[in-house]
Amino acid sequence: MISPMLFEPNRPGSRDVAWCPGCGNFGIRNILKSAFAELNLKPQDIVIISGIGQAAKMPHYLNVNGYHTLHGRAIPIATAVKAANPNLTVIAEGGDGDMYAEGGNHLLHAIRRNPNITVLIHDNQIYGLTKGQASPTTIVGMKTPTQPWGVFEEPLNPIALAIALDASFVARTFMGYFKESVEIIKKAIQHKGLAIVDIFHPCVSFNKVNTYEWYREHTYWMKDHDPYDREEAFKRAIESDPLPLGIFYIHEKPVFEEEVAAYKKDKTPLWQREPRLEEIRKILGAKRAF
Amino acid sequence: MTKVELYRKGWDMVEFKEEVSIVLGGAAGQGVQTVEEILTRVLKLSGYNVYATKEYMSRVRGGINTTEIRVSSKKVRAFVKRIDILIPFQRGVLPWVEKRLTENTVVLGERENVEEEYLSKIKFVEVPLNDLAKEVGSSLYLNTIAAGIVVGLFHGDFEVLAEYLRKRFGSKGEGVVAKNIEAAKKGYELGVKLCEEGTIGIEVRKNESVKNEILLSGTEAVALGAVAGGMNFLSFYPMSPSTGVAVFSAQHAEDFEIVVEQVEDEIAAINMALGAWFAGARGMVTTSGGGFALMTEAISLAGMAENPIVVHLAQRPGPATGLPTRTMQGDLNLALYAGHGEFPRIILAPGSIEEAFYLTAEAFNLADKYQVPVIILTDQYFVDTYYNIPEIDLDKIKVEKHIIEMENDYKRYKLTDDGISPRGIPGYGEGVIIANGNEHDEYGDITEDEELSKLMQEKRAIKKLETIRKNAMMPELIGRDDAKYMIIAWGSTYHVIREAFEILNRDDVAFLHFKWLYPLPEGVKELLKGKILICIEQNVTGQFAELLRKELGVDVHHKVLKYDGRPFSVEEVLEALKGVLE
Ligand SMILES: Cc1ncc(C[n+]2csc(CCOP(=O)(O)OP(=O)(O)O)c2C)c(N)n1
Ligand SMILES: [Mg+2]
Repeated sequence: MISPMLFEPNRPGSRDVAWCPGCGNFGIRNILKSAFAELNLKPQDIVIISGIGQAAKMPHYLNVNGYHTLHGRAIPIATAVKAANPNLTVIAEGGDGDMYAEGGNHLLHAIRRNPNITVLIHDNQIYGLTKGQASPTTIVGMKTPTQPWGVFEEPLNPIALAIALDASFVARTFMGYFKESVEIIKKAIQHKGLAIVDIFHPCVSFNKVNTYEWYREHTYWMKDHDPYDREEAFKRAIESDPLPLGIFYIHEKPVFEEEVAAYKKDKTPLWQREPRLEEIRKILGAKRAF
Repeated sequence: MTKVELYRKGWDMVEFKEEVSIVLGGAAGQGVQTVEEILTRVLKLSGYNVYATKEYMSRVRGGINTTEIRVSSKKVRAFVKRIDILIPFQRGVLPWVEKRLTENTVVLGERENVEEEYLSKIKFVEVPLNDLAKEVGSSLYLNTIAAGIVVGLFHGDFEVLAEYLRKRFGSKGEGVVAKNIEAAKKGYELGVKLCEEGTIGIEVRKNESVKNEILLSGTEAVALGAVAGGMNFLSFYPMSPSTGVAVFSAQHAEDFEIVVEQVEDEIAAINMALGAWFAGARGMVTTSGGGFALMTEAISLAGMAENPIVVHLAQRPGPATGLPTRTMQGDLNLALYAGHGEFPRIILAPGSIEEAFYLTAEAFNLADKYQVPVIILTDQYFVDTYYNIPEIDLDKIKVEKHIIEMENDYKRYKLTDDGISPRGIPGYGEGVIIANGNEHDEYGDITEDEELSKLMQEKRAIKKLETIRKNAMMPELIGRDDAKYMIIAWGSTYHVIREAFEILNRDDVAFLHFKWLYPLPEGVKELLKGKILICIEQNVTGQFAELLRKELGVDVHHKVLKYDGRPFSVEEVLEALKGVLE
């Protein structure tokens, strides 16, 4: 096995980490490095497309290809990266605000489109970078600077939503469980199709409710769960306390890159191709006739 | 054949020399387009130069849509207001085109489709199209009969018409083909008769070389140019008048072996195209003003991350939903200023079908080379217009990829003299790439360093912009460079102004057409010096005139503006020019 250290960057800008001491993002970073190493992936073959937020800073603290893009837009960009070069291992990464609020529409349609990418949502149930406003997964009653009266909107249930849309792979983990999280992320990366992993992690600065302890107390690992049973998966998804962890649902189906016209005959990545001028010539020829 | 009574009220033969402008008008779904297709193809294959454009309402049924077809001895490529022959397929067409009728306009068709008050103003030839169609078997054949009449008026090649119908209706079976040919024959004979008995005289010369020319629309030229330029990824959300490029590309996606994907919204469309470029593909989006407005944040990302992108922006009148199916050059400012922050971009606007092909192809090399957004501005008039062009030379197209193999320790944003940092792509070479929409160091990691922030801003917004400006394309000068007056225009108005300019035929007037709008090359200022400048644009405020002032400190003396959603006609431009010139 290659060493997780291979994914440790030594660029000057990667040393000054912007996460708070004790932040769950550190744990997620270690989980990713181990998952990559255990899968024998090379840094050159991995691409992380991230949105904006504390979670989305991940590409700066790893030695893999990365693109730190716009708030909410990691999924469409990642979808296209995979379609342009299916040989790459592509991950879209961001926070709960990034993926469920600003980028919510893209998530819905990515499930329908089913590109073979992995979507990692660092779900700290709060907006970290912008200092503590409620996110779509913030629990009811939590008081924040912008919801001083306490959040009253029902939290989004991303797991139930994904299963309802028949997503190809749906899982949830808590980063406090290192080994289990590595396994889930490895399976998500290996899964052919859109793999969604909601990763609970505490925000030590702005979420005083959902702490390390809270997650340990309010979650449990699903045992004897058949992820190919959609109804069963949905039942688990709507359980609220304790919240189940593990792989909820798997449905293998054709992926975007296999459906598009570009790869029907030829598997070469797009960047290595030349335009098919002979086809243009044919069309121009037809335009001379009728 | 049944005798057709022609309704002619005391007028002599109407003669058309060298060219005829034919207008077909009817409700959406009435088959105007079928007649247009038959006529343009069959007349071109008979050796006539043809030009066609259409105007239509934003509705699926009803309303009135018209198509203008110009058939001529010489090449004409511009919209004229004047209607020589009008074929109305329903009532309401004549009032709709009222301003375009002359006393020599011949109206061909059913009596019931011509409102009483027009009978004395135009020259009406009653043709009971419906009865004739029923004789063939069904009113479905009405369109083919109408097309037959026009081909007959030109003494076009009937065999070409029959052959076309065989191809077009072949898939519907022998019977349908035979009936259509019968219908076409009926119409054709009638057309010939109208000439022979001295009702209409048409003298337009055929030209052998035209037969083999290419009939291509603005839409097709943009799509084919893009593919020739290496476009292999097109993401879009439908919006008139930009959708045609997506339709055409989708229909040929398997031949071209490219990705064409209709996505959830314009935000996804452009972000996907950015992702495609990031991974080394060549991506494009096709959209209109409202869609492009949604894309602006991603345009800004392209500026910051130095991510190439090509945008086809087909303009229609705004604000908001505006006039969805009509034309305007109102989004130049949107293209110029789209996106927060300061970063370079390139804006192009083709003037002819050929130019649309070559310029769109080149847009991909430019985006790749300078790593900036390249925006191609067309408009409804441009994309919906087509005419025969002699040739498209594919040997002129060169796909120049500017991708490097990354070494270990690769710096995506290496500071260079010309502002351009060699661009790697993931998976190619030993290094990894870090691209970033946050301000960054040379590697691409986030920085808040004072000096570096300044250097990076200068790299993009000054050095790179100046590198692009040095290599910008000069406008096309038609006429003498020492003329007293200079007409200035950009994009789709090229041929309309050119025809007016040629009719005007004055030595002291020159015409400068811009297909490269931004950044303007230095040399332009010299061309404008000391001249009386007349800027012709299809918008309310004169956006290009404003750009000339901002970029070059040049003030235009006269603005000729049109903003009713209709294209400029040759007559209008001529009249406006005469009003301005001494
Ligand atoms: C278009 C846009 N709107 C708003 C913001 C400001 N913003 C940046 S990150 C963020 C939310 C962060 O929350 P989350 O996605 O959960 O990430 P976290 O910091 O918690 O990891 C917001 C609102 C932005 N950058 N762009
Ligand atoms: Mg968050």
